[in-house]
Formats: sequence, C-alpha cells, structure tokens
Amino acid sequence: MVHPEEVKALIKSSLPDAMVNVEDINGGGDHLNVNVVSSTFAGLSRVQQHQLIYRALAKELASESIHALALKTSTP
Amino acid sequence: MNLETRARIEDLINSHSIMVFMKGTKLMPQCGFSNNVVQILNALGKHFETFDVLSDMDIREAIKEYSNWPTIPQVYLKGEFLGGSDILIEMYNSGELLEKLEIALAS
Repeated sequence: MVHPEEVKALIKSSLPDAMVNVEDINGGGDHLNVNVVSSTFAGLSRVQQHQLIYRALAKELASESIHALALKTSTP
Repeated sequence: MNLETRARIEDLINSHSIMVFMKGTKLMPQCGFSNNVVQILNALGKHFETFDVLSDMDIREAIKEYSNWPTIPQVYLKGEFLGGSDILIEMYNSGELLEKLEIALAS
C-alpha cells in the first residue's frame, strides 16, 4: 500500500501546478480514487493525460502497491 | 515484448472493430474495472470482442508495453487505443463514446 499523501507528492513532483485529490476507497491504501487538475493537460488527449499520471506512479503500479486506481483528469 | 506476441496483439486489434483486453470474459468479468467497460459497451449495443489477459501471461504483460498503459482493461477501436475504464466512463457519460463508435463503425 501507499499512503495517499505519498501519491499526492509523487504526482505533484512531476506536475508541480497540479491540484491533487486522493481518496482511499476502502481504507486499505491500495484502491485509490485520484482526481488531478493541471494546466499541463491542456491540448492533450485523455489517454495522454492519464499517461502522465501513470508515469509518475509507474513504480507503485508495477509493484501493485497501488492495486486499483480510478483516475480523473481535467484542466483548471 | 517479442515479435510473435506483438504480432498476436496486432492481429487481435486489427481483426475486430472493438477489441477489449480485460480480466475475465464478457460473461464473467473478474475485475470491477473490466466489468465497467463490458457494461458500457453492452449498454450501447455494439458488438465487441474480448481477450482474457488472465489466460495468457505474455499478452497480459505485452499489452501494457504496447500501449504504454499500465492497467487493464484496454479498449481498442479500429486498431486505435481508446483508453481504460475511467476514460470509457467519461466518454460514455458525455455521449462522446457513442458518437465515436458510430462514426468508426460506419466507415
């Protein structure tokens, strides 16, 4: 599992302007609901926007310390 | 990913207008995210093919590399990667998905 604050920090380290909201769905820390608002997303497709977040969390996703991630991205 | 696995993936996504790589099958999805995608495509009444990645470790890993996308399910429309469960839900709710499918399937 990963603490929601760590997830937030990882995302903000690659998208410094991002407003990140992380919700731990079942309290276990590995099923997360993540909402990211960033101006970096402007002009990118949804797939590209999500890829940016996946890249920031690559290690945690590969090791399955994040098992399930529901992701929503948008621009301010 | 080896060439044979890549060729198998390309064959699947090029042979079916809507191809879904998922955990489980259309009738028995093995994960909530995969189930979301199946329910959406059923609701829109479009024919789609599925591949159960739990039955094949090679494809399960290679598909993530192929699309540069670390999670499953993955939906392909006419060979193009459309997204995973969250994107499908968003596109479904906005009406964009139906429009996109109808245009792609008509051509």
